[in-house]
Amino acid sequence: MTNDDLTQDSTSGAEYRTTPDTDIGVPRYLPALRCTGLTQRFGDTVAVDNLDLEVTHGEVFGLLGPNGAGKTTTIRMITTLLNAPPGSIQVFGVDVARRRTAVRRLIGYVPQQLSADATLTGRENVALFARLYDVPRRNRTDRVAEVLADMDLADVADRPAKTYSGGMVRRLELAQALVSAPRLLILDEPTVGLDPVAREGVWARIEQITAATGMTVLVTTHLMQEADERCDRVALMHRGQIRALGAPAELRGSLGPDATLDDVFRAYTGDRLAENAGTMRDVRSARRTAGRVS
Amino acid sequence: MTTQLHTVDVPPDPGPLKQMSAVISRTGAMCLVELQKLRHDRTDLITRAIQPTLWLVVFGQVFTRIHAIPTGDTPYLDFLAPGILAQSALFIAIFYGIEIIWERDAGVLSKLMVTPTPRVALVAAKAFASATRAVAQALAVMIIAVLLGVHLSLDPLHFLGVVVALLLGSACFCCLSIMIGGLVLSRDRLMGVGQAIMNPLFFASNALYPVQLMPGWLQVINHVNPLSYEVDALRGLLVNTPARLALDFGVLAVAAAVMISLAAALLPRLTRG
Repeated sequence: MTNDDLTQDSTSGAEYRTTPDTDIGVPRYLPALRCTGLTQRFGDTVAVDNLDLEVTHGEVFGLLGPNGAGKTTTIRMITTLLNAPPGSIQVFGVDVARRRTAVRRLIGYVPQQLSADATLTGRENVALFARLYDVPRRNRTDRVAEVLADMDLADVADRPAKTYSGGMVRRLELAQALVSAPRLLILDEPTVGLDPVAREGVWARIEQITAATGMTVLVTTHLMQEADERCDRVALMHRGQIRALGAPAELRGSLGPDATLDDVFRAYTGDRLAENAGTMRDVRSARRTAGRVS
Repeated sequence: MTTQLHTVDVPPDPGPLKQMSAVISRTGAMCLVELQKLRHDRTDLITRAIQPTLWLVVFGQVFTRIHAIPTGDTPYLDFLAPGILAQSALFIAIFYGIEIIWERDAGVLSKLMVTPTPRVALVAAKAFASATRAVAQALAVMIIAVLLGVHLSLDPLHFLGVVVALLLGSACFCCLSIMIGGLVLSRDRLMGVGQAIMNPLFFASNALYPVQLMPGWLQVINHVNPLSYEVDALRGLLVNTPARLALDFGVLAVAAAVMISLAAALLPRLTRG
């Protein structure tokens, strides 16, 4: 992309491509997300190391990597949970460090853990987020019902979330994230702990939403097959850096005709990851999630 | 599916008035959730009523009979009931920090902190949500107290004052708990610290005995203990003992505001790890 392709928004300072990509009839502005020289240190450990990344408007972008690769830290910086240096992250041209509240209005976030409130009904869970995102009172009831229906939860909306299966809870969390109609949906391991049928159900809803709205999706996953099938592009992170970036087919093709994304993963990250990567915290987090799913 | 993303509208940053409005509306939303939780599961209300009931039935009645604690013209059970009401609210509030850590572990806190809700609003919302629970709990304790023969004031204005005192006291102690949670970062440690500070707060207050009976050093602690001001206000409003209501409410309001600010400053520590 050359500078001639870009125009700058006078109020937000966002740079947009002047030639819209309109295959869904909606102008697509670029980029939805831009990280420039993003770095995060915890003591002596460099969790994210000078990361450059651009996610195009409307694409499903996968952030892959082993435990400890820096995926979740990157996500936490994008979602404003961790501080980022000014200018290092822009969401639709808005600087995350300078305008946190504006960025929070643009994103929807589903954390790795199954985090719906088990005591509340599905409808109450979603209504809370509608209020927190200032969905206008006159539209709120309809909007909550609409996203619950989109997630195929309309029939169980008035049941406590503790009676839901793992897949239903995940779809409920998607409804919570989508009730404000975010521009960028960020999913941290959305299918961890789910069985194949539930995984399929979650992805079907995500694809349905992105097709209808042109919403950009940033997703982290450990499942290479899932990334291969669902993501337009993927970035493979290792030790805080992006080691490979491109469409899954391109990355597979770079290794050979029969290569899988698993092969690409191994080629860039090595086989000794299981012993070296991740911490007790990762294990605890995965265990908690598994406990809540089962 | 009807939503279409035709443009990327970046909303302007809210001004002070909008931020204040956001704090109030978010606090209301979280209090509503707390009431919804209570409606779905009332067992917590019942189990939490056991301890204050024991204090009133066992401790209160025994000490009323032995006349060990001089409370003037006020029967000891009447003197004790507002103290137990405040104690009950304190116990709920102090362990609310554990709920925050549970929410951190379950991903709920991260999800809330990614919403466009000011940190102060999140903390205030949690604080007043704990107060909502405390008020519901207080109603149960007041019913038990009346059944035991305690003479409670029926003045609606007094009752409104009781609600405000409980709200401010619970907000203060809930935020103290969130603050500690933000420092110790684990449920086990918070349980330990919570236990370590809860009883000193309770016993170094006027909940069980008049201030005049305390040794000098304990009176000094009592004067800086917000629980004492909460008990003084509750006692004045519920059983009409002499109280410095303006001072009590002033101290509670300042303490709640300070604690909410400190807890909001420490809240991000919980989601950084």
